[in-house]
Amino acid sequence: MIELDKVAYSYGGADLLTGVSLTLNPGSFHFLTGPSGAGKTTFLRLAYGALMPKSGHVRLFLQDRMTMSPDDLADCRRRIGIVQQDCQFLDHLSVAENVALPLTVQGGLNAAAQENLRDLLAWVGLTERADARPPELSGGERQRAALARAVIMSPDVILADEPTGNVDFDMSQRLIRLLVELNRMGKTIMVATHDLTLIRTAKTHVQARVLRITNRQVQSAGADL
Amino acid sequence: MMMKPAIRAIFSRDSAADRVVPPSGFTARLVLFSAAAMSLLAVLALALALAAGRLAERWGSDLASASTLRISAPADQLGMQSDRALAILASTPGVDSARALSIQQQQALLEPWFGPDMPISSLPIPRLIEITETSDGYDAAGLRQRLAAEVPGAVLDDHQRWRKPLLAAAWGLWVLAAGIVLLVGGTTAAIVALATRASLAANAGVIAVLRNVGATDAYISHAFVRRYTVRVTTGASAGTLIAVAVLMVLPKGGDASVMTQLAPQGLQWVLLFMVPIAAGIVGFAATLWAAAQLLRGLS
Repeated sequence: MIELDKVAYSYGGADLLTGVSLTLNPGSFHFLTGPSGAGKTTFLRLAYGALMPKSGHVRLFLQDRMTMSPDDLADCRRRIGIVQQDCQFLDHLSVAENVALPLTVQGGLNAAAQENLRDLLAWVGLTERADARPPELSGGERQRAALARAVIMSPDVILADEPTGNVDFDMSQRLIRLLVELNRMGKTIMVATHDLTLIRTAKTHVQARVLRITNRQVQSAGADL
Repeated sequence: MMMKPAIRAIFSRDSAADRVVPPSGFTARLVLFSAAAMSLLAVLALALALAAGRLAERWGSDLASASTLRISAPADQLGMQSDRALAILASTPGVDSARALSIQQQQALLEPWFGPDMPISSLPIPRLIEITETSDGYDAAGLRQRLAAEVPGAVLDDHQRWRKPLLAAAWGLWVLAAGIVLLVGGTTAAIVALATRASLAANAGVIAVLRNVGATDAYISHAFVRRYTVRVTTGASAGTLIAVAVLMVLPKGGDASVMTQLAPQGLQWVLLFMVPIAAGIVGFAATLWAAAQLLRGLS
């Protein structure tokens, strides 16, 4: 689905990633760990085509990112749900409108989509906050809204960058359970996190591969996790 | 970026898509005001161009179909030479009519310069004969030769000397006004393009979110294009209405002055009401271009 082949990326002259190769197969669950600044966010941004590699190839659904048109990239993005670390929303829209945004940009919401939206808001526990504006939400509510927005199109892949970064323990457990549930539905999941507790919780429910970014390379984290 | 979908987007009322772009109070008011001011200027410049065109046409046709014969002779020969000149003119092909101006008519012509009390009859002023040509006109060179032979005191003035500079002045005014219309159109395009770029740049975060959820650049661009085209057209309509009101209350005079003849005539009014449509087209093109440029830069 998503393949990185000997990818290198540098920023401001400094190499962040070198020779990174990884394939996200359908239904797989990956954790990406590493210290802050190691390049976890950069890796995810490369994986959904927001960044161009310095060398190597990124293939999204068999299409090379280098030769992809903006419209092709938009098509791919509809198959990838993204949960960003800072959970960007459109602050002038309500929570429900933000969650429904992927449907809106595709031509609007029909009755079935409206019902789907209500179910989704209930699933992430935001029914009561549907009409609120994003700035009124707590950190956990923002993370759940971002997750709901990422899955509303029923994407094949979900890439989440520190989805539990701003929430307490209980909420992080709840969020990871939601991701596990999505994986059981057949979705490919990749979560960038430095929260080892989260990884251990997930591994009790699903078979997850844990990767670590060390020395600008992505390596298997070993059995200690 | 395809033009057709962008044009379709202008007329499709996609309220959800409209809401995706955050409201931008200051930029919106700036574009609205600029479009209104520019359209007001454009309408006035257009009215000036139309008035100059009408004036040039009138001067051209009036002076082209009329000539003056001036007879300077001693007082005792003036009447005889005038009668002879009238007889020659009556038999000249291309002359529709010829009439000698009476003393009172000549006095009226000189009154603005000498006042009403000047005893004009006691002055040795030439006799004037007004000639009206047929549409084919007469042979001026041939007439001059004949008059020189038979009426020695006659000087034929076919108005060419006056007509050319007057026409040049009128057409110069027309070109100037048309230039102002083009300049105003270009300035409007520049203002709208700058406002769109500023708005898109200020909404870089919104664009990033929209792209992440799978919005195409065309969708993002059209949302901005629709909003700015509507704003420009609305502002331009207001500016046009104000300009039309100004033209309607301008004092009107019967003389040949451009300033008292500014109000358009007949179907020319329709042309003025095309200004908001033209402004909308300019706004649409400017926004589409600015959005395409900026979105390409943000890729």
